[in-house]
Formats: sequence, structure tokens, C-alpha cells
Amino acid sequence: MAGFPILSAILALPLLGAAACLLTGAAAARWIALLTTLATLALSIGLWVTYDVGGAQWQFVESNGQLFGAFDWALGIDGIALMLIVLTAFLMPICIAASWTSIADRVQEYMAAFLLMETLMLGVFMAQDIFLFYIFFEAGLIPMYLIIGIWGGRERIYAAYKFFLYTLLGSVLMLVAMLWMVNHAGTTFIPALMVTDFPPQAQTWLWLAFFASFAVKMPMWPVHTWLPDAHVQAPTAGSVILAGVLLKMGGYGFVRFSLPMFPEASAQLIWIVFGLSMVAVVYTSLVALVQQDMKKLIAYSSVAHMAFVTIGLFAFNRQGVEGGLIVMLSHGLVSGALFLCVGVVYDRLHTRDIDRYGGLANNMPAYSLLFMVFTMAAVALPGTSGFVGEFLALVGAYEANSWVAAVATTGIILGAGYMLWLYWRVSFGTARTAEAARLPDLSRRELAMLAPIAAAVFWMGVYPESFLAPMRKDVTLLLARVERAAPEGDARLALGTPRPAAEAHEPEGAHH
Amino acid sequence: MAHDFLLILPEEIISIGALVLMMAAAWAGDRSAPILTWLAVLTLVAAAFFLPGLSDSGGSAFGGLFVADRFAAFAKIVIFAAAAVSLLMAMSWFGRDKDYRAEYPVLILFATLGMAIMVSASDLLTLYIGLELLSLASYVLASFQRTDTRSAEAGLKYFVLGALASGILLYGISLVYGFTGTTLFGGIAESIQAQNAGEEGLGKGTLFGLVFVFAGLAFKISAVPFHMWTPDVYEGAPTPVAAFFASAPKVAAMALLVRVAVEAAGPATDAWRQIVIFMALASVVLGGVAAIGQRNVKRLLAYSSINNVGFALVGLAAGTPQGVASVLFYLAVYTVMTLGAFLVVLRMLGADGQPVESIASLSGLARSRPGLAAAMAIFMFSLAGIPPLFGFWPKWIVFNAAVAADLTWLAAVAIATSVISAFYYIMIVKVMYMDEPAPAYAATREPVGSGLILASALFVSPLGYLAIPLLDRATLAAAGALF
Repeated sequence: MAGFPILSAILALPLLGAAACLLTGAAAARWIALLTTLATLALSIGLWVTYDVGGAQWQFVESNGQLFGAFDWALGIDGIALMLIVLTAFLMPICIAASWTSIADRVQEYMAAFLLMETLMLGVFMAQDIFLFYIFFEAGLIPMYLIIGIWGGRERIYAAYKFFLYTLLGSVLMLVAMLWMVNHAGTTFIPALMVTDFPPQAQTWLWLAFFASFAVKMPMWPVHTWLPDAHVQAPTAGSVILAGVLLKMGGYGFVRFSLPMFPEASAQLIWIVFGLSMVAVVYTSLVALVQQDMKKLIAYSSVAHMAFVTIGLFAFNRQGVEGGLIVMLSHGLVSGALFLCVGVVYDRLHTRDIDRYGGLANNMPAYSLLFMVFTMAAVALPGTSGFVGEFLALVGAYEANSWVAAVATTGIILGAGYMLWLYWRVSFGTARTAEAARLPDLSRRELAMLAPIAAAVFWMGVYPESFLAPMRKDVTLLLARVERAAPEGDARLALGTPRPAAEAHEPEGAHH
Repeated sequence: MAHDFLLILPEEIISIGALVLMMAAAWAGDRSAPILTWLAVLTLVAAAFFLPGLSDSGGSAFGGLFVADRFAAFAKIVIFAAAAVSLLMAMSWFGRDKDYRAEYPVLILFATLGMAIMVSASDLLTLYIGLELLSLASYVLASFQRTDTRSAEAGLKYFVLGALASGILLYGISLVYGFTGTTLFGGIAESIQAQNAGEEGLGKGTLFGLVFVFAGLAFKISAVPFHMWTPDVYEGAPTPVAAFFASAPKVAAMALLVRVAVEAAGPATDAWRQIVIFMALASVVLGGVAAIGQRNVKRLLAYSSINNVGFALVGLAAGTPQGVASVLFYLAVYTVMTLGAFLVVLRMLGADGQPVESIASLSGLARSRPGLAAAMAIFMFSLAGIPPLFGFWPKWIVFNAAVAADLTWLAAVAIATSVISAFYYIMIVKVMYMDEPAPAYAATREPVGSGLILASALFVSPLGYLAIPLLDRATLAAAGALF
């Protein structure tokens, strides 16, 4: 394997598939897309298997000198990037399968756009050059804009514009910050920048510029408003990619840039992160509670869940950071699966209105079972992936600030509220419409989409060590980097000097 | 003296070529127009081949009135290429109505000659001669379709406002001459330096002169607030002429402005920087906002050019060699993107073969002409500066220069306004990809045009990034000639 540019190969594969899709007919394009994404998944699993846990920080490194003059085609991954790459590659074949019959129009372009999207998303996690990262990060806007705008729902144009301009506005300031950093540090190499100490005065501005971008991408309250529109209007597979991977880029950005590059500013501005996250957990959970549209409900729940990520990542301790990372992975699986579940019934009834369903457990038992698994994972039931992540994140948050932990925990309760209520209204009781009572159960294709995600959810819930192990060393390095700035937690147990009760008593007794 | 004539060899080739072609046009008539066009392209190729300053560092001629350095050489390459493309795209476009006339290549050649003199001018009067030669040819080109009232109107409007601009420029030149005692760029710089060293600082008269010179040149690059003529002229002028106006003269005027700012007014950088910053920000904002409401694709591209000039000016505001190099880089890539977009606009023909210019007619182009729509989408995303398209990189390089010159705030404001312009670029993509199809355009067979579209689309695709090292070296060498 040594010497073979496997990361470049993984990036090139979907690109070639995209080109091939454009040159063939609709049926062939579907198969090409599926096979390409499966091959990419196989290569990514190969990465995971050959990844040396606890070995070098950056593995599979590629560099080409200064191929593009001012920046470089530098690739390399650490454990955190590895897990996100596997997540992306895992979700892509499922997305293609989800679009198998529901997309009948301009199939070749659709498949090409998805494969292009895959390359760009994987590139974000692989890039080791700050401008290469930016290019991949921004380029994803183009295919996603087309996916939402061409194959989306009724309000798709508005949603596509909003998605594009919102995220673009967030990102451009980050570019200026990157330019400043590169001019200051004299390198575009991310690992080198991660150990550069920027002057604390400048860190604040740089941190804010990066925050503008990642907070929009994440999304954090109050810049989350593009998300419900984009999620609701995007085709099912587009929602899966948005929720499963695109949102993770924000969290990845915090771990890769904000925390290690600006530790002082991160500590100083922690109140922004905690404040916004606390509002997001409570407010968007309440908003989710009153939604009539299934996709919108899950979209708002995404905002609430991503707040757990930010709370965990900025807790400045191991539990918090690892918890935040696991929430990212878990949410990628669970919210993707929930959108797929919505897509399954939408394909049958062509409505996302919760009131049109009901009693699906009667005629769709397999569907209801899987939907319940994902609902339970979303409310963080122990044994599912959601529990591991949110529990760790909250433990970390409690160590940092007990108020934040207390407020965030209400999100778990509210989350249980809106998710269980949704499940109850959709699956239990009797069907509210005659059509809903006649819906057929999952087809084999749909079962093949949802079952692997359910398996992964349980795997992560029962044995999270498989996912934590590759990331552990990187979390250690991150914590070592931010340690000097870590703010004092309010839950530090102090080693007191207890008065030995018996001794104190005896002299009194002797006095008598 | 012989050396002087060697340094102006490209200009001589173009002058003689233009004169010969004019005689040929007079005797052979309009039937010879296609052949003359190809000959004109050949003339430009020959001129580019003999450019001084490419492999050597060039030199100065006629006692410092004219300079053929690397900076001029780089600008001339871009100008000649843009002029050649404008020639090639005109043939089939005019030919359709059998109203292509043999004067067209001749006029383009004279305009190119004017531009070559402009970018090589190192004296205010040489500058003026080059500028007027370009302008006079341009006025005629704008009204080339004399039977079309819009074309005639465009020519007249261009002439009146161009004359005003020339007046302002001349007024500035006379003030500068009066207060510095010379029209040579080098001499002006020395005089400003002496004034700076004196107790009074930079003289009011010199400053006024510089302001007028900058204003006159701002007309030519159509920077806000001197941009009003641009949309009207682009809309009225025949499409290949509008494409020409949006590319080569922009490069020439911008290069000229850079040379005046750095070579003549270099010691007064602090004085002109605020003018340039104002023009840059006003251009990016107005070029973005005003374009949103446009219904005509040529007017939209006109505002797009105003917008892009604003970004290029951000690089000039830096005032460093890096900044000058970034302006040249920006102009080179901008020229390709704009010509590519205009090449697509040339294909917008109604069922009767007549040109259509409404943005609405692009509806659903992705279904009727997927290749053409994909090319246009590439140009639009690229003009918007969205990576991974190559249009991102000139913006990067301009902002990088601004940040390196401690103008981080300017870069931040300018980049934030780029989101405004992104709106109308992605609107075109939306119309082409997401709207219901409008009647399809008439089919055409233009191998040359298709080849040019393909070439420019490939250049602004991510493949263009491979050209960065080459362009970086060339632009930095060119910028080094000014400092």
C-alpha cells in the first residue's frame, strides 16, 4: 500500500463515475453511481482497516510540493477525519439507492451531481492544505445548489438560493482570516498551522471569522434558518447528505481549526458557544415539537442535536470532545436514517404532513420497527449510538459548567417528547386517511438501505470503542494543545482538608 | 534610434497590417471581409511573436515617451488574444445577416494599436494618443450596425461620454504638467517626491491634477461613479463588439491606470489609495446590486464587468508589487471568463435566427442545449468566484495582496459584497437549470465558436489551477518592471 496515493484514488473514483454517468442513459447511470459509491466505500473501509491506531498523527499523507503555486495538493488524515470519511462513504450508496425510483427526471445529471458532491465532501476531510480545504468546503455549494434547485420540492428555488447565499456569506470571511493566518505563519500546511501560536489579540478576530462560517454550516441558532428550508425542499437523498455529512463539516472545522489554532480565543469566547448552544437546545426543540411537517421536525431536531456537539467540543475535556465527535457520527447515521424513513412514506403518499398518517404499525410492521429503532437512537436510548455521544458530551459539559449541562439535559427530555410524539402519531393508533391504511411495507431495496444503518447504530451504541479508538490519540493531542487556555470549570472537586472529627472531639473530652 | 524602432515592432506590424487591410477592404469590398478577418488575426499573432519584453526585460524608446517592458508585454499578450477572439466571434455573427463589412477587422486592429500604445505609455501625452486612438475606433465599432437604432444610440452615447472623459483627463494632465513641470512619468514621480520632502507636502495643484487623471481613467475602466455609460453601450453595441469592450479595452485601461498610479504617482500612494479604495468598494457594491434587476443578459454582463473592475482595483489599492501582479492575474482570468460568457450569448438566437438578449430566453437551456448550459454555468460560477472554478483564484490573489498590505478590512468588506454579485450569477444558473424550458435557440454550426467556448470553459474549470505557477511567475515579473 505504501506509496500508492490511496486518498487521491478515493477522490478520483466518484469524479470518474460522475463523468461516466453524464455519458450514459438513465438506467446505466443508476448502476454506475451505485457501483462507484460501493467501490468508494470499500476503499474507505480499507483505509479504516489499515489505519494504524495510535500511530503517526497523519497517515496516508500525500504531497506534491507546490503544485498550484500558492498552495499544495496535500492530503492526509487523522482518526477524526477517518471516521467522517467512513461515514460519508457509508451514506453515499444508501443515498443512491434512496433515489433509485423517486428520481425519474434527468437521472444522469442527478447521479453526476451526487458523485461530484461525494468527492468534494471527502476532500474536505482529507485536505491538509488550508486553501485546498477551503476550495473543497466551498465547492460543495455548487452541486448541492443544483440538487436542491432541480430535484427539490415546491419551494425549491427559494430554498436553493437561501442555502447557497447563506453559507457563502458565512464562508467568505473565513477566507480573509485564512489569508491573514497564512501571511502571518508563512505556511498553508494545516498541521503546521495547528501548532502555530497566533497572537491572542488576533485570535479573537480569526476565531470569529471561522466561527461565522462553521456556525452557519453547523448550524447554530440563530443562523440555522437556512436548514429547515433546505432540508424540507431537498430530495430525500439530498436531505440525508445535508444532515449526515454537510453539517458535520462545521463540527469538523471547530475541531480542526478553531480549537487547536486559537485556544485562547476559544476559551475567551466560550460563552458565545455555550450561550447559543443552550438557546438552540431548548428553543429548537420546542420549535420541533409543534411542526406539522415530518422533515421540518427532523430538521429542527438536527439543530438541537448539533448543539450537543458544540457544547461537547468546547468543554475542553476528554469526555466532552469525544462525546461531541460521537454525536457527530451518531447524528450522521440517525438523522440520515430518519430522513430516509420520511422519504419511504413520502414516496408512497407524497405528503410529509404528519396528520395524513397514523397506524402505520398495522400495515407496515418492518417499517415501524426500523423507524422505532431510529427514533430511540434520536432520543438517546442506552444501547444506541445517540446515548454514548450525548451522555459523554453532557458529562464533559457538567465538568466545564454545570448550568450548561443542566440546560442541555432538558434537550434530551424535550427530544424524547417530540420524537416519541412523532412516532406515536405516525405509527400508532389508527390510520387517519384511507390511503395511509393501504400503504405497502418496505420493499427489499428500502430494507437494504435502512438495515445497515440500524446495525451501525447498535454497533456504535454497544461497542463505541471501535469508533473512539482511532480518534483517541487525536483528542489527546487536541487537549494538550488547548490545555494552556482551558477555562476553570465550576465543578472542579477540590481536595479539602477535613478536620479529623475524632481528634477534634477528644481534646474537648479531655478538657472536662 | 534603430533600437527604438525595434522596441515598437509589434505596433509597427499592427499599423502596417491595419493600413494594408484598409486598402484591401477599399478595393476588394465587403466580400473579402472573412479573409481580411483571418489576416487581421494573423497580424495580431505576428505582433505578439515579436513582442519585446517577453524573454528580455525590454527597454525604453524615444527619450522615455514609450516603454516596452515586461509589464507592457504581459498586458499586450492578453489584449492581442482578446482582440483576436473578438475578431473570430464576429465573423459568423455578422455574417448571418450578410452585414459583415470589411472595416470591422481594420477598426479592431486600430483599437488594438491604441491599446498597445496605452499600456506602453510612460508619458502623459503618449497615454493620451493611445487612448484616443482606441476611443475613436471604439465609437465607430459601437455603432457598427448603423441601421439598428440601438447600435447608433450606443455609439453616440459612448462618444459623448467618452469625449467628456477625455476632457477631464486632459484637464488633469495639464494640471499635473503645470505643477510638476513634466509629462514624463518618471519626472512626475521625482517632482512628487520633492514636494513630499518639502514642508508643504504634496501640492494641492498636483493632487487636483492626479484626481482628474484618475477620474478620466476611471471612465475607461468603467469604475463607479464613472460607469453610467457601460450598460447602455454594451446593450446597444453588436454583441461581438460588446464582448470586445468588456475584455481588451478593460485590460488596457486598467494596466494604464496601474502604470500611472505606480510609476508616476507612486510617491503619492497614500493620496490615491483612498480614491482607488472608494472606486473599488463602490464598484463591487453597485455592480452587484444594480445587476440584480436586469432582464437583458448584455446589461447584466456590463454590470458584471463593473463589479469585476472593482475587485481588480482592490489589488491596486494594495500598491505593492504583489498587488500589481494580482491585478494582472485578475485581468487575465477575467478576460477569459467574460469572453466565454459572451461567446455563449452569441449563441442566443431566436427561431428566426435573430439574436435574443433576454435572460428569460435562457430558461431550461440545460434541457435543450446541455453542453451550452454547462459552459454558461461554469462561466457564471467562475465569475461569482466560487471554487473549485478558476474564477476563485484571481479573487483569492487580489485579497491576498490586500491582506499582505495590511488592508485586511478592505479585503473583508470586498469579499462580503461578492455574495451580492453571487446572487445574480447563480440566478442565471437557476434560469438555465431549474426553470421550465423556453423555446429552444436556433441551431448553429460554428466550429470556431464552439472550440473557443470549450477552450475557455476548460481554462476556468479546475484544470486552470495548474496554470497558477506559470501565471504567478509572469505577473510577478511584469509587476517587477514597475517598481
